[in-house]
Amino acid sequence: MKATVLVRPKGGILDPQGEAVRGSLRKLGFAVGGARVGRLVDLDVDAETPQDARAQVERMCQQLLANPLIESFEIEVEGE
Amino acid sequence: MSIRPRVAVLVFPGSNDDRDALWALGALGADALPVWHAEHALPRDTGAVVLPGGFSYGDYLRCGALARSANVMAPVRELAAAGGPVLGICNGFQILCEAGLLPGVLRRNRDLEFVCRDVRVRVERPDTPLTRRCEAGQELTIPVKHGEGCWFADEALHAELEAAGQIVLRYAEDCNGSVGDVAGVCNEAGNVLGLMPHPEHAVDPLLGSGDGALLLAGLVDAARERTFATV
Repeated sequence: MKATVLVRPKGGILDPQGEAVRGSLRKLGFAVGGARVGRLVDLDVDAETPQDARAQVERMCQQLLANPLIESFEIEVEGE
Repeated sequence: MSIRPRVAVLVFPGSNDDRDALWALGALGADALPVWHAEHALPRDTGAVVLPGGFSYGDYLRCGALARSANVMAPVRELAAAGGPVLGICNGFQILCEAGLLPGVLRRNRDLEFVCRDVRVRVERPDTPLTRRCEAGQELTIPVKHGEGCWFADEALHAELEAAGQIVLRYAEDCNGSVGDVAGVCNEAGNVLGLMPHPEHAVDPLLGSGDGALLLAGLVDAARERTFATV
């Protein structure tokens, strides 16, 4: 079952990478007020149901894919 | 039994300061052994463990994140839980944070630059295996070399750690944007420690500074005491 995890720097936490991207975009002439850079993980999960897949991916996020001190995550499961 | 206490230096794919750590610990009186990440056990009579600097697993996902599931981390956790000294240097510090053995996390440096120079750090807490040969407030000069050494904890956690005396080393100058200028921390019990500066690169004044030897010699002392106490 396909699932996608979006990991973002938590709100309120300085994201120097996003700041640098914003600066570059502005130099290219784009009117960008803010940019934050996260990460996307596509997964193929062994699961019977989308609910089961979500529960597994949730645990993956808590244990490895995101660091709760600095990152938030969002899960999308195909067929949900 | 050897009079030299055994110190295990873990080697992950991408570790690159393991040899300097082995050399420095050996010069300071330890029987320092490299231990490959796939091992399920530490060598017999291991008195302390060092997680060296480098780029374990290519820094994939987040620095240090993937090493937490390496085989060798299970016996390291056991040693740590039993009060054994465990030291993470740079990438090793990142690994210990990601593994939940140390508080906080290391993020990209505030100014996005790779900082590679000598820095001055101040000893905040002298009663740890790492700092036992130092005095409170003592300043040491030790090199850093990292792109992701900006230690972060939210306000509540940072205040808690300050109050509990878990901040072991602090930068005495601006370095990378770390919260509270934190350069090194320890766990609640004080036996697991991590720092971004590289003491193993500062054990001979000929190469700029010998201050790192003070820290590593403390770790060797602690390993020696542990070895003699448990054998």
